[in-house]
Amino acid sequence: MLSTKREGLLKIKELIKQIPIFVGITMKTYTNTGNKDTRSGFGAGLTELGQTNEKVVALCADLIGSLKMDDFKKNHPERFFQVGIAEANMIGMAAGLTIGGKIPFTGTFANFSTGRVYDQIRQSVAYSDKNVKICASHAGLTLGEDGATHQILEDIGLMKMLPGMTVINTCDYNQTKAATIAIAEHQGPVYLRFGRPSVPNFTDEDQKFEIGKAVQLTEGTDVTIVATGHLVWEALEAAKTLNEQGISAEVINIHTIKPLDDAAIIKSVKKTGCVVTAEEHNFLGGLGESVARVLALNHPAPQEFVATQDTFGESGTPAQLMEKYGLNSASIINAAQKVAKRKK
Amino acid sequence: MSNTQQLEDLTTQVRRDILRMVHKVNSGHPGGSLGCAEFFVALYNEIMDRKDTFDMDGMGEDLFFLSNGHISPVFYSVLARAGYFPVEELNTFRLIDSRLQGHPTTHEGLPGIRVASGSLGQGMSVAIGAAQAKKLNNDSHLIYSLHGDGELQEGQNWEAIMYAAGNKVDNLISTIDLNGQQIDGSTDDVLPMGSIKEKFEAFGWTVVEIEKGNNIEAILKGIAIAKSKTGKGKPVCVLLKTVMGNGVDFMMHTHAWHGKAPNDEQLAIGLEQNAETLGDY
Repeated sequence: MLSTKREGLLKIKELIKQIPIFVGITMKTYTNTGNKDTRSGFGAGLTELGQTNEKVVALCADLIGSLKMDDFKKNHPERFFQVGIAEANMIGMAAGLTIGGKIPFTGTFANFSTGRVYDQIRQSVAYSDKNVKICASHAGLTLGEDGATHQILEDIGLMKMLPGMTVINTCDYNQTKAATIAIAEHQGPVYLRFGRPSVPNFTDEDQKFEIGKAVQLTEGTDVTIVATGHLVWEALEAAKTLNEQGISAEVINIHTIKPLDDAAIIKSVKKTGCVVTAEEHNFLGGLGESVARVLALNHPAPQEFVATQDTFGESGTPAQLMEKYGLNSASIINAAQKVAKRKK
Repeated sequence: MSNTQQLEDLTTQVRRDILRMVHKVNSGHPGGSLGCAEFFVALYNEIMDRKDTFDMDGMGEDLFFLSNGHISPVFYSVLARAGYFPVEELNTFRLIDSRLQGHPTTHEGLPGIRVASGSLGQGMSVAIGAAQAKKLNNDSHLIYSLHGDGELQEGQNWEAIMYAAGNKVDNLISTIDLNGQQIDGSTDDVLPMGSIKEKFEAFGWTVVEIEKGNNIEAILKGIAIAKSKTGKGKPVCVLLKTVMGNGVDFMMHTHAWHGKAPNDEQLAIGLEQNAETLGDY
C-alpha cells in the first residue's frame, strides 16, 4: 500500500516511462551482412559435404547453374549425376543409390522436385524409407518473372503429408548452408526448400543447425510471429515497427516445418496469447496450418495467416509479387495488429 | 542347387504357393506370377551371386529389383524358399499386420525386398541408381530388374532407358516379361507398342531374347549370354517371352487371371496340375 497519493502518482509515471524503454532494450536486432541467395548457401554446403563426406552424391536435372552445384560437379565428377530433363528418373536413381550406402542430394526447382515427381517420392523414397535429400530451389513467388508454371506454392503441403518426410525451409544463405550440411547426418528422407533471389543474410555464419528445433529470434509479450523461409527477415522488420507502436513481438524462425517444434510454439503463445504465421506458400497445407493444429490441440489462440490465399502466382519481380500477394513486413504488421485485437 | 530337375520341382512348388496364397485371401495377381515362376526360381537359385547371410546392406552381391510389384506372390514364394524369411509366413499374404503386403515394400521390414514397387514404371530408375552405387563402391556384382511389358507404357521407363544407355550403365540386366497381356486386354489392343526389341536397341541397349521364357534351361542359357554382354559399355535388356498363367491350363494365354483369385474348385484343379514337390507351407 502506497503511503501517499503523490508517491503513487510518481510510481505510475515512472512505470509508464519504463514501458517503451523496457521493450526497446529487450528487442534484439539483427544485421544484414549483405544480400545473398539461399541457393548459393545450398551450393556452398554441398561443396563442403563433398570434401567431408565420401558418401554424399549429387544428382541434377539440367539445372546445375541454377542450383549452384557447379563446384561439387567440378570437384567430384564421379559422384555427380547429370540426369537430364528427367526428374522422375532422378528421384528413382537417388533411391537406388542409397542401397549402395550413398547419401544422394537431388537438385532441381521446387516445382519439379515435388509436384512433378510426387508418386516417385511417395513410393520409391518415402514409403521405401530411403535416405534421399530432395533439395529444391526457386520455391514460391520469389522465383519471379517465369511465372506461375514455375512458382510452386503447394510444395510444403505436398511434402509434409508424406509419412516420415522431414520438411525444412531455410531463411538465408548461412542457414541454408548449415541445413545442407546437417541433413547429410540425418537418416531418412528430407525435403530442403530454398529460393532464387538475393535476400538479407543475418543468421550466424557458424550456426549449429538442429533439425526440428525452433530458433527464437526476439523476445516479446504481445504477439508471437512464427515465420519460415524468406518471411523470417520480413518478420524481424515487422517486429521493429510493431515495437515502436508498443506491440511487443516474439519472432520465431521455424526452419523445420516437419517435425514441428510444438513445445516452442506452445510456450510462446501461452505467453503472448496470439500468433501470426508467415510463409511463402499457400495458406492451405503450409506452416500456418501446422501451427493451427498444434494450438488447437494444446492451447487454442487467435491466429492470422500471412500466406497466399489459394491462388497461383504470376510474372513480376520478387518484390512486386511479395507485395501484391501480401507476403512482406507490411502484411505481417497488419496481421499482428489484427490478431492482438482479437485476444480476449 | 544346380540340376534342372531340382529347379523344376521348386518351380512347381512355387506355383502351388502362388495359387494357395491368392486363393486364401481371394485377391492378388496369379497370372503374371505364374508366368515368371521359372525366371524367379532360376534367378534366385542359380543365376544371382548372393550372400548367404541375407543381410540387406546391398554390398558385395548381385541385387534384384521387381518393378511390376503386383506379381508379389511369386516374389514372396521364391524369397521364402530361398531362405529370406520363414516359408510359413506365406500364410500371411495380404492379411492385416503382415510383412507380405499386397505389393512388396521395405516398410514392414521383410528381408529380400529392397524398394517398394507396385505403382508402375519406377523400378528401372532405382535399379540404375543401385548399379551406379555398385560402380562407385568398386563392386563388380550385377543388378537385375524385372518389368512388365505393359509397364513400359509408363514414361519414366524411357527416361531411365535413355539414361542407362547414355551413361554406359553396363552392370545392369533389365528383363522385360513379354507376355503380351495387361489388365484391359492384350498389349496390342490396349496400346500397341511396336517392337520393344527395336526400341531398346534404338536407345543403345544390348538386347538378348529368350523365346522360351517358361523353360528353365532356356532362361539359364539366355541369362548367361546376357551376363557375357555386361561390362561392355551398354546396359543389357532381356526380352523374356512368357505365357501368363503358365502351368495352370485354364489361366494360360489370357489376361483374365491378371488380378483374379481362383475359387475352391479352380484351386483344386490348379493344384492337381502341379503336384506337391518340396512340401506346402
